[in-house]
Amino acid sequence: MNPATVIRTLVIIGIVGGLELACRTGALPHTVIIAPSAMVASIIETLSSGELNGDMRQTFGAVAVAATLAICGGFVLGFLIHMSPRLRRAIDPLLGAYYAIPHVAFYPVLIVIFGLGAGPLIVLATMLGIVAMIIATLGGLDRVPRVLLRTAKVHGLSPSQELFLVRLPAATPHLLSGVKLAFSYSFIGVVAGEFILSTAGVGHAIAFSYDNFDNYRMYGLILFIIGFVVVVNTTILFWERRMVARRGTR
Amino acid sequence: MSTAVASTFATRWRDPLIVLAVILAGWQSLNLWGGDNVMTSPVATVRHAVELFGQSRFLPHLRETLTAYFVALAIAVFGGVSFGVLMGAHKLTGEVAEPIFTALYSIPKVTLYPLILLSFGLGIQAKIAFGALHGIIPIVIFSMNAVRQVNRTYLRTARAMSLTPMQTVRHIIIPATVPEIFSGLRIGVSLTLLGTMLGELFASQRGLGFLLMTAIDIHDVKTIMALALLISIFAVLVNSMMLAVDRKLHARL
Amino acid sequence: MTDDKTAVAAELVGVTRVYPARAGHAPVHALGPLDLKLHRGEFFSVVGPSGCGKSTLLDVLSGLAPPTEGKAFFEGRPLNDTVPDGIGVVFQEDASFPWLTVFDNVAFGLRRKGMEAGEVRRRVDYAINFMGLKAFATAYPAQLSGGMRQRVCIARTLVMEPRLILLDEPFGALDQQTRLLMGDELLRLWRETGATVMLITHALDEANLLSDRIGVMSARPGIFIDVVETGWSRDRDSTLAADARFGLVSNRLWSMLRSESMRAMGQQTGERAAEAAE
Repeated sequence: MNPATVIRTLVIIGIVGGLELACRTGALPHTVIIAPSAMVASIIETLSSGELNGDMRQTFGAVAVAATLAICGGFVLGFLIHMSPRLRRAIDPLLGAYYAIPHVAFYPVLIVIFGLGAGPLIVLATMLGIVAMIIATLGGLDRVPRVLLRTAKVHGLSPSQELFLVRLPAATPHLLSGVKLAFSYSFIGVVAGEFILSTAGVGHAIAFSYDNFDNYRMYGLILFIIGFVVVVNTTILFWERRMVARRGTR
Repeated sequence: MSTAVASTFATRWRDPLIVLAVILAGWQSLNLWGGDNVMTSPVATVRHAVELFGQSRFLPHLRETLTAYFVALAIAVFGGVSFGVLMGAHKLTGEVAEPIFTALYSIPKVTLYPLILLSFGLGIQAKIAFGALHGIIPIVIFSMNAVRQVNRTYLRTARAMSLTPMQTVRHIIIPATVPEIFSGLRIGVSLTLLGTMLGELFASQRGLGFLLMTAIDIHDVKTIMALALLISIFAVLVNSMMLAVDRKLHARL
Repeated sequence: MTDDKTAVAAELVGVTRVYPARAGHAPVHALGPLDLKLHRGEFFSVVGPSGCGKSTLLDVLSGLAPPTEGKAFFEGRPLNDTVPDGIGVVFQEDASFPWLTVFDNVAFGLRRKGMEAGEVRRRVDYAINFMGLKAFATAYPAQLSGGMRQRVCIARTLVMEPRLILLDEPFGALDQQTRLLMGDELLRLWRETGATVMLITHALDEANLLSDRIGVMSARPGIFIDVVETGWSRDRDSTLAADARFGLVSNRLWSMLRSESMRAMGQQTGERAAEAAE
């Protein structure tokens, strides 16, 4: 195994072990943080009790819908914008500034328009994720090497053959990064929305536990959410790495 | 000459201005469709935003948010650049820490806010910590890559000219890394603002975020819209200035 | 034999190409007016200073880009902004598809034509063997060296059985030894397929070694200032470089190109300065 991986694993074990020790000996009070082992126990307890099944369904359902809308919609919009240089120039400043605006400032506005519930969360999360996918799609299509398009012309490909046989395969690595970002943003949108504004969902359950000084459940849920996102992202990253290994960085 | 400049300005900004007009028209029609209870009209929103500055109860909240933001930003910038440069210069440290930072970048950090609150209390420190936590990660990642990607030939050139380590840093490393580090700062500046705002929206007693939450409770749509507008304008202005500098720096590469 | 020699594979008549003005730039007159006849089965090279419109010439002759004025013909039929069957092009840049294996890269064109799988396999296997890629059929281009990737692109062209092969500095990115070997491969390919070949190159020795005729182009806008006949035998290879006549041809090419290259350097420096001043 590569030495960096060994050291990283040791560092993580050290942090987790140190935290465990500090909590067990009372150096860190349980009103601030609980031991990692207790967090894991809390996850198991909460999941097996089934108490939060409804919240889980809302959160993961909303993320699934929002991420799908963001990825598919962002791809289609990105493609259309790529086709029209004029539209591209027009909305370029908008795309550049989009993620600079703190999206949370608009949560209250959306609540006023759409009310509470899963609907506004999905709108919010889709809006947050879709632009990342648009930008990735544009980046991927822009960077298709010109020589590959010339090769397509030499082979007499039709516009749709050129798109599906050359442009899209060439843009795949960028599209995959877009998928990863759009998913992360959708997740952040749903959880942040639930955390601040909603009356249901895992994000709300965390905020609710905080308000009721229920650190045991709260830290279990926090670890659960973070663990879930890390697992999904690592899976996509692994996939990306495999593609890079096969295709090179072109 | 001046007409040529004016005409390139017009062709460059005509289409974005049309987009802006479409957004404003959409905004106005939402107001016409749902009335002032759903969305205030653009004109009324701007008027109310200006009014806010005249209210004595508004300014302390603005000051609180700005203080929290700039302290968080200072921490994110200094901490992020120094740690990022270290990670870039020391190969093993970089290899150990990079995946951890990449993972941190993509998790919904909002879930960590209770931890911050329990550690720092309900005051301004929690907001600062949360803002800095958001901003520091991209700055670290970009600074690290900036140092890692310094062209090896430049360093060999420095050795060939027998520059001292200080001269190498001053004349080679800094000019070669600044564009990429600046790109990280641009993202860090935006994310610090996001983190600070997130902190204020949840369990805070002062600041613009707190005003937003109170406005929701009393269904004060006018104030919600005016605050969202002010925050967006601030964010877009800062971002476009930094983007302009960023493009200049990268154009030389 | 004489009939064969004089039969025309491709022809340019009064061709010019002007790139239209972009924002802040004047239009660029890249090529011509020039005439060119490629005889069926000959190996023709084009040399010229950098930026003289060599690649533009290839674009027009292949049908990748239409001429601004004049006409381009392939086997007597005018080209109309599409690349007809029978013309194959190999580019300077790596044009292998990184998401396909070597086999699938080479099979790409045949499959587009709807050829049945057995025939595709037979033809691709032949082309892969011919280019010495047999051991790499299932590899991806990223696993190959630059020279091997260029072989993949040549195999992909060869498998279509083109009657006219156009090569745009195909060995430009390769080291000198590899270039010499690839040159021998190219001669072998030319002899065995009987195709007409037009090679664009900036390497005078390469043009000299490989060609029946060499067109020497001027600085931009590129026109032919001379066409040199080498008179080499058809079964030549890179050992020819030791021949005394080889040096004479190279000297003749360089004496014509030296002043044109200096003019071209001046043009480019001027344009860079103008761009930087904006």
